Amino acid sequence: MSTAATTHAPDDHAHAHDDHHYDPGFWRKWVFSTDHKMIGIQYGTTGLAFLFAGFCLMMIMRWQLAHPGDAVPVIGGLLQAIFGSAAFQTDAHGHAGMLTADGYNAFGAMHGTIMVFFGIVPVAFAAFGNFVVPLQIGAIDMTFPKINMASFWCFFISCIFMVVSFFVPGGAMKSGWTAYPPLSIMADAGPLNHFIMNGQTLWGLGMVFNITASLLGSVNFIATIIQLRAPGMTWMRLPFFVWAQFVTAFLLLLAFPPLESAAVMQIMDRAFGSSFFMPTGLVVGGHPAHWSGGGSPILWQHLFWFLAHPEVYVLILPGIGMVAEVIANNTRKPLYGYKAMVGAILVLGFLSFIVWAHHMYMTGMGAKVAGFFQVTTIMISVPSVILVTALMLSLWGGSIRFTVPMLFATAFLPMFGIGGLTGIPLAFNAVDLYLHDTYYIIGHFHYVVAPGTIFAIFAGVYHWYPKATGRMLNEFLGKMHFWLSLIFINGVFFPMFLQGMAGVHRRWYDGGATYEQLITPVIHWNNFMSVSAFLLGAAQLPFIVNFFWSLVAGRKASDNPWDATTVEWDTPTPPPHGNFIKDISVHRGPYEYSVPGADKDFTPQTEAPKSDRPPGVGVAGPIATHPH
Amino acid sequence: MQIPHEVTARPDTGLYNAKLGIWLFLASEVMLFGGLFSGYIFLRMGAEEGYWPHGLLNVPVGAMNTAILILSSVTVVLAWASLKMRKFAAYKLWMGISILCGAIFLIVKLAYEWPQKFEHFGAFIKQDALAKYEPMLGNRHVEEENKKPGHTKIDPRVEISGHLHEVEITADPAEKEKLEAFLHRHELEAKAEEHDAKLQVIEGKHLTPGVAEDLSKLPGVRLVAFQLALDPVNAAPDDAESDKPHFWYKGATEKIGKIEAEDVESWSAFVPKHSPYFAVYFTITGLHGLHVLAGVLIMLYFWLPIEGGANMFKRNPEHLANRVEVVGLFWHFVDLVWIFVFPIFYLL
Repeated sequence: MSTAATTHAPDDHAHAHDDHHYDPGFWRKWVFSTDHKMIGIQYGTTGLAFLFAGFCLMMIMRWQLAHPGDAVPVIGGLLQAIFGSAAFQTDAHGHAGMLTADGYNAFGAMHGTIMVFFGIVPVAFAAFGNFVVPLQIGAIDMTFPKINMASFWCFFISCIFMVVSFFVPGGAMKSGWTAYPPLSIMADAGPLNHFIMNGQTLWGLGMVFNITASLLGSVNFIATIIQLRAPGMTWMRLPFFVWAQFVTAFLLLLAFPPLESAAVMQIMDRAFGSSFFMPTGLVVGGHPAHWSGGGSPILWQHLFWFLAHPEVYVLILPGIGMVAEVIANNTRKPLYGYKAMVGAILVLGFLSFIVWAHHMYMTGMGAKVAGFFQVTTIMISVPSVILVTALMLSLWGGSIRFTVPMLFATAFLPMFGIGGLTGIPLAFNAVDLYLHDTYYIIGHFHYVVAPGTIFAIFAGVYHWYPKATGRMLNEFLGKMHFWLSLIFINGVFFPMFLQGMAGVHRRWYDGGATYEQLITPVIHWNNFMSVSAFLLGAAQLPFIVNFFWSLVAGRKASDNPWDATTVEWDTPTPPPHGNFIKDISVHRGPYEYSVPGADKDFTPQTEAPKSDRPPGVGVAGPIATHPH
Repeated sequence: MQIPHEVTARPDTGLYNAKLGIWLFLASEVMLFGGLFSGYIFLRMGAEEGYWPHGLLNVPVGAMNTAILILSSVTVVLAWASLKMRKFAAYKLWMGISILCGAIFLIVKLAYEWPQKFEHFGAFIKQDALAKYEPMLGNRHVEEENKKPGHTKIDPRVEISGHLHEVEITADPAEKEKLEAFLHRHELEAKAEEHDAKLQVIEGKHLTPGVAEDLSKLPGVRLVAFQLALDPVNAAPDDAESDKPHFWYKGATEKIGKIEAEDVESWSAFVPKHSPYFAVYFTITGLHGLHVLAGVLIMLYFWLPIEGGANMFKRNPEHLANRVEVVGLFWHFVDLVWIFVFPIFYLL
């Protein structure tokens, strides 16, 4: 691998820097752009908008959980006017805007779908991957720029499907983000519903487009990382973020297609009356269902979780990659155990394909099968712990700069730790049978994804915003955003563990009021969590203001404002079309910070060795001894 | 701006970009079809006895389509080799044959194989009514055969199939106009049943199972019975010839059978809703057909004398050869999928 330094073929090389007069016009520059940076920004802004929308759905649900049966205050009437009577009704006091049970189910299902497939993956993987990866490996663009553009527009079409699904008769899909049949086949199906224009079918079509988009993206990412590394950028000189994106792209490439086939089958069941997932002898409301039967609801669960477990790692790995970059930069020292981290992330990627059925212990799969998945599930915690431990140890002995990205990256570690450690009991069949579908599960995966990945995303936004826009984000607003978010996000999610262990079920739409005698000691947390959620929403205001205000009024950023070593900081700010204004060749590992004897505390990857000593000799630090 | 390694291989990987890209794409395609094939396995293993049909497809036609696809795989390689040797005329010939083969495959599928199924009628009989239809099912014969030692096990028979001939209905006189308009639109005739004045017999050459289904959904209309020209297995259920699927496909016989609607569990044409078998058959062959169509269109693009297509030969023949190599890899994958589809649906 270490001989991967490349020599460009002459015909490829000659054209690399010949477009100083690049002017594609408005539409090709801002809308139908093939430039990886613009596509990254498009993915990022769309994804952040969806993250916010998904968060708003959740806030409305949290109001309902804390005040079951009461109309949403202030905006209730507006909500009812927008979403219609399927989702909102007038409450007992005559106020418009009470979330109905159907509306609660729809919002819950769409909250999950939007956050996972339309928020986190587009931002953490597609946006940062598109913007940062080619820059970090010294490439002028992705290998397939047109396919890259097709990926974004495919994603955009899927967004339209999801948004439209809120406004068709019956409202958005209601069967949970997992869309388990038979409910997902029967809901809003039948002669009274349009066979395409209903929430669930639109969801299926949206997923087909979303998956196609991620397929196009992941092919591009892998091909770019393999083919377009700059001369000298060997595998073990790749920044860890690139490794994380590389593994993530493989997960998307191989795990997503089975869900695409499952989505096609679901659409067949709904639109053409087939019985892929409909069992024989199904009786609905006292009448035999009109499906021929013979299908299997468990088949959907297998196909869904075959994607959705690797999907968990799709959500977290780019986050870990971003945190690794920020930590190395702000501790001013190399990552601890870079090689072990690379090994761990590859093992983790592989193992993530053989743990899926731990989501399905409730299906009664039998002790042998359950035993297999328990063992693999426990195994996968080993590489995860290696990654987090290496990042924690990277802090040790560093002279840490607590910049805003570093605050988010530091907070990521214990937050992701809580999410990960609370998952270990769930790996065991016996424990899972008790905790399944309780708020304990909700708390567990939200700790991984919300204060985990979303904090990592914020770290990434604050870290790379100067490169993308040419201006720094405001530090004070950033710190305010961080501290308030950290406090309130724990206020939202920590009580979920307490509720879950007491048996509060995730699908109760009245917050457990019906079962109050059973959960008396924990039901009061509903109010606390909801208030925390609203305050968490308010805590995002400094970020939103900062994000837009800094675009025009932020402090001007230099080309390398963080004194970083990796190649993306070796471009003009913001980088022009074609990225680099000089030939890039890489001479050293990604994290040569505080190298003894060097004239400054960081040595960029592109800096050639001093002529009086041969490359790689006399340079200390664990990375400098690469490549071998 | 020129992306590196678009045409020439990167030395350390030995690949030009598109070749790596197509292999990655094919890896994901394997998982896509893998999901569907695992669905097939799951549904087939979970099917109750008798509910997974055998021998419904036309084996010679399927075999011919298989041969056509394999032939086109050979010719697409020859097209690529011709370009590598810079023989443009040979390229046009071989690529033309590949395109033609793909088109024939699609035509056979869409104009012959699929439409035949849309008009074929099948009705699953309720468990407690199976005895009543013994003359058409022959389950006693099946039991006896299965008792013989060393005999390949025959599944019990639960379905009666064939060509729908006529249906008997009762109609609410108040909704008479809608019924008449429907019959007129579909060129069907109604006549009163001799024994029972309330019954009407609907017949006509356009009476497909789909039309019958629309008819049954009209207000006031209730289906009472079906008459159909029986398939060989239902026409002669006790015949040893009916015990196993045949290589040569036999259509419906002349023999007429009658099924009471109240004895039927579910009925339809041979469409996805008929059974998980046809659901997975149409989904997989449909998705495969879309891939064939995509392959044909892309090959046509490289064959036509246009920019980015065959005209590229003058400017950059190596680039065109690469493009043909990439579509050839895709085309081989499409063939490979069919190599799995053919046995699991036509033969097993």
